[in-house]
Amino acid sequence: MTISDTRPDAGDRAAARRPSRLFRNLPSKIAMLPLIFTAVVVFLGGTIWTVVYSFTKSGLLPRLSWAGLDQYERLWSSRKWIVSIENLAIYGFFSLIGTLVIGFTLAALLDRKIRGEAVFRSIFLYPFALSFIVTGLVWQWILNPELGLQNVVREMGWTGFSFDPLNNPDIVMFGLLIAGLWQGTGLIMCIMLAGLRGIDEDIWKAARVDGIGTVKTYIRVIIPMMRPVFVTSLVLIGAGIVKLYDLVVAQTSGGPGISSEVPAKYVMTAMFGGQNLGQGFAASTMMLVMVVIILIPWAYLEFGGKKHG
Amino acid sequence: MADVGILATTKAAEQPVAALLDGPRGPKPVRRFSRSNIIIYGTLFVVALYYALPLYVMIVTSLKGMPEIRVGNIFAPPLEVTFQPWVKAWQEACTGINCDGLSRGFWNSFQILIPSVILSVAIASVNGYALSMWKFRGSEVFFTLLMIGAFIPYQVMLYPIVIMLREAGLYGSLTGLVLVHVAFGMPINTLLFRNYFASIPEELFKAARVDGAGFWAIFFRIMLPMSLPIFVVALIIQVTGIWNDFLFGVTFTSSPERYPMTVQLNNIVNSVQGVKEYNVNMAATLLTGLVPLVIYFASGKLFVRGIAAGAVKG
Repeated sequence: MTISDTRPDAGDRAAARRPSRLFRNLPSKIAMLPLIFTAVVVFLGGTIWTVVYSFTKSGLLPRLSWAGLDQYERLWSSRKWIVSIENLAIYGFFSLIGTLVIGFTLAALLDRKIRGEAVFRSIFLYPFALSFIVTGLVWQWILNPELGLQNVVREMGWTGFSFDPLNNPDIVMFGLLIAGLWQGTGLIMCIMLAGLRGIDEDIWKAARVDGIGTVKTYIRVIIPMMRPVFVTSLVLIGAGIVKLYDLVVAQTSGGPGISSEVPAKYVMTAMFGGQNLGQGFAASTMMLVMVVIILIPWAYLEFGGKKHG
Repeated sequence: MADVGILATTKAAEQPVAALLDGPRGPKPVRRFSRSNIIIYGTLFVVALYYALPLYVMIVTSLKGMPEIRVGNIFAPPLEVTFQPWVKAWQEACTGINCDGLSRGFWNSFQILIPSVILSVAIASVNGYALSMWKFRGSEVFFTLLMIGAFIPYQVMLYPIVIMLREAGLYGSLTGLVLVHVAFGMPINTLLFRNYFASIPEELFKAARVDGAGFWAIFFRIMLPMSLPIFVVALIIQVTGIWNDFLFGVTFTSSPERYPMTVQLNNIVNSVQGVKEYNVNMAATLLTGLVPLVIYFASGKLFVRGIAAGAVKG
């Protein structure tokens, strides 16, 4: 890291003989106090606190009586937690693939110099302005088995048609996925579109001269060139998946049974519903581990090769 | 969505994001009805239908009476338009023992929103300014820490914050919730302002320094007047983010009387008691979504710029 206090120093060199370094550039330091407090006390301090207390016997109240890995053993032997992790894996896998494919395809279509681009773009992006609660509730209504989509298709003649994901434990995660993709793909489309617009027009000319087809140019030339944009998207989607909570609460409340539970919901129930703080701390620490697993490869790719990122 | 864009990763986008999203460049398309064009427009049209459908369903359902919903088609437009569900959702819908409708949640959200937005944008702008023009030893370390913090799942920090607020006597109060929103909105907004101020020519800053202006004078007299667009972007991010929040609302409010709109909406729609009134539910859902939707459609490109700024720029 470079220490770059050059600008204020240039003006303050004469005053550098002041008694203490601490008082140099003082207004800036005072102005940054809220940021310093948030970063150090709330974010760093809070995280360390939770990780430390995840190794204790905390139940109704947090207390520092050591329990080693007991909470983690209980966590991983809990059926609900295992289901949560499996659900997150299913949702995460399909959400990642789906968002990337749909986001990129839409961006590529919009980039074909079409008319009405702004209209299409606002339609694809507006769900992103809505909360997960609103998203979950709308799709809960559309997927309502008696009055929603299933009913409409049956009335059209296909009486045997069955699509009731929210009441079927086997496919409930896909019911959530439909809503999640609807809400989140617009953002990735926008990022991809910005990436596509950043690509040099000459690349396209060169591809045309060489007689490479449009689709092939996208797959062979454009996508590899957009690697940084894809990495950004991956990290954004990944961080969003781990946080999955509101959507589940609104759309299925974790049901039917426990079949759509997710880790974030497990944490909330343990900490604020079940008076089982230790479990909540251990589970949230596992969520932290998941994020670290997502972020380390990214940080390595992004800053690994260079000394000064 | 407050944390959406924190990533400052791509080197690909060196041009300003706004310019990238302004629209296609080059000449207008010549052939209008080629086969590939039909495929492109066809696909876009079908996908647009899928995206527009839920909004349409919300609107038509909220304008129907319950008898019509029970016999009818979810996608059919209302035969008889009624605004009764809207009135009921706003004034009478019940959460637990309170039956004064979503209006309560709306005003709660409003009371949370205004101070949170003002405070977080004010703090983030000063932070960004200090970080880009008045760096000191360690300022970048704190900034990096803040940005890493933005990736930590909120659940990890919730309980320690509950304890901190309780110690300060603020747990369960709107003030406490406002402070939480300010803290968690800080990474994205600070990044936004820091990048913006870093793009302002250094000469301007130096000239002001030579003229004897200090930290605050430069901020208020020079930087503020020229950074209106970025303030609007930050406002959009914060208003939609805070309005849409559910997690903090449910964690840091102590009683149902103080629930923000999203929490109240969820309680109304997912309550197990009574007969389900889908038209009232959809009116309530639409009412809750109205504020961010209005902001989205009114701000247009600035909204896109807001989310893209954090995500692509850097």
